[in-house]
Amino acid sequence: MVENLRWSLRSWWLIAGMWTRSIMSYRASFALMLGANLAITSLDFVVLVLMFQHTDRLGGWSLPEIGFLYGTSAFALGTANLLVGSIDALGDRIRTGTLDTVLIRPAPALAQLCAERFSLRRLGRPIQAVVILAWSLTALPADWTADRVLLVPVLLICGTVIFSAIFIGGATLQFWWGEAKELQNSFTYGGATLLHYPPTIFAKELVAGVVFGVPLAFVNWLPALHILGKPDPIGLPTAFQYASPLAAALCVLAAGYAWRAGLRAYRGTGS
Amino acid sequence: MVTDLQLRPPWQDTAHLYLAIARGAFRRYSTYRAATLAGAFTNTVFGFILAYTFLALWQARPGLGGYDTSQAVTYIWVSQSLLVTVAVWGGGFQDDVQERFRSGDIAVDLYRPVDFQGWWLATDLGRAGFHLLARGVVPTLAGALVFHTRLPRSPYVWAVFLLSVLLAVVVSFGLRFLVSLTGFWLHDSEGIRSVMLVVAMFFSGMLLPISLFPGWLGQIAPVLPWAALIQIPTDLFLERRTGGAVLSGLAFQVVWAVLLLAAGRAAQLLATRKVVVQGG
Repeated sequence: MVENLRWSLRSWWLIAGMWTRSIMSYRASFALMLGANLAITSLDFVVLVLMFQHTDRLGGWSLPEIGFLYGTSAFALGTANLLVGSIDALGDRIRTGTLDTVLIRPAPALAQLCAERFSLRRLGRPIQAVVILAWSLTALPADWTADRVLLVPVLLICGTVIFSAIFIGGATLQFWWGEAKELQNSFTYGGATLLHYPPTIFAKELVAGVVFGVPLAFVNWLPALHILGKPDPIGLPTAFQYASPLAAALCVLAAGYAWRAGLRAYRGTGS
Repeated sequence: MVTDLQLRPPWQDTAHLYLAIARGAFRRYSTYRAATLAGAFTNTVFGFILAYTFLALWQARPGLGGYDTSQAVTYIWVSQSLLVTVAVWGGGFQDDVQERFRSGDIAVDLYRPVDFQGWWLATDLGRAGFHLLARGVVPTLAGALVFHTRLPRSPYVWAVFLLSVLLAVVVSFGLRFLVSLTGFWLHDSEGIRSVMLVVAMFFSGMLLPISLFPGWLGQIAPVLPWAALIQIPTDLFLERRTGGAVLSGLAFQVVWAVLLLAAGRAAQLLATRKVVVQGG
């Protein structure tokens, strides 16, 4: 088990390193793409700032508070996309038959697919997220007790794990439905957009859906309620605000199970 | 068939040809049914999220930008319905052209007995027609069912809206055609494309109505071509433009469409002179 995991991580590392070396042979192009990526991913924060030109509260939350939600959500999504985002090409691989090549290589298929076309320009989103998070942390009037300070890194790591599990779990749908790529976008990119805004502005059913259904609320909403000292709009027990590690572990289990079921269901196209 | 063709005046042949190209593109996109469904679902999910954010903003500032709350929510659903139709993200024929640059087939396209620009415009109109139906109806219905939206009652408004969407697609085509043609000089238009994506998302009013932009941004955004993509058709749909403003809105789109198509034509002439076809 441990040996397997180590071998998976090493395969991922080697393949990601290979792609990085190949991209770095065109440094100017890489710099341009990273810049464009930074600009594109900053756009939704620009919209938030423009909204706050017209009001100083959105759903009862101030701009620094929403900046905290934005920074944490964008960091988790961006890092997950950097680490495992390539997996969304699974459907194309099944269609063209190149998945078979992956399966016969002596390295774990999942690790290969996650690292394939690994692109450092995806660092744009996490970098931008960290900048906004840092700004929001300085602008927030929060009361920084030890548990609140500790919850920030826990949130960032668990959020990344949850989004990674959603990327992988969503991609496994493509084993059954080859064109489901966009469906996954609605949970990953759509989910991250949802988490940029405070839970107070959404219908209670929707908030409950991302607590008990697709557990996006554990990425940042629930821990943020504790860190920022905000009341919970749907009145869950306080324990939920600390439960992100548990939610992340369950997501990983579910994604792993889905991945195995998908591989078992896979039949090559014969090409 | 041959005699049939001979009986027609030449302009009619051309019209038939372009219609056939557009119909072919419509059919081609309609074969990706599952992907289209997944896409419509994604538009609907984003519609829900953004509609709630607009509700929160308009709750804090009722009547902001001259939109009442139901107009603001409808704005989101109409813009989600148009996003893929007018290809704010880029794409459509652009992906095909990019692939043909990579493979070198672009040289073949230039020697076809059909005009290069006209050919791709026809395919893009066919694609847009399919996307308007497939990815426009589902989000609009979902929005109308769950939120208090404002759909036009008068068939005249719907007709004007559809005309405006058609013009929006042509303006968008004009912009994307110019981006694609940079491939003749840069070999890879990927970089320019990602920059254009940012500009288009922002200045089309896709993320926030242009009338909410502050200061100088609010001054230049309404005269840039991207305003023709989302802002104008949506304002016509919401009946924010009435009487003379309907005509001025459509005229704005027509002017940009003509200017961009002319610029594309000029760039195409320059590019064809530059192409060197390697034998083989």
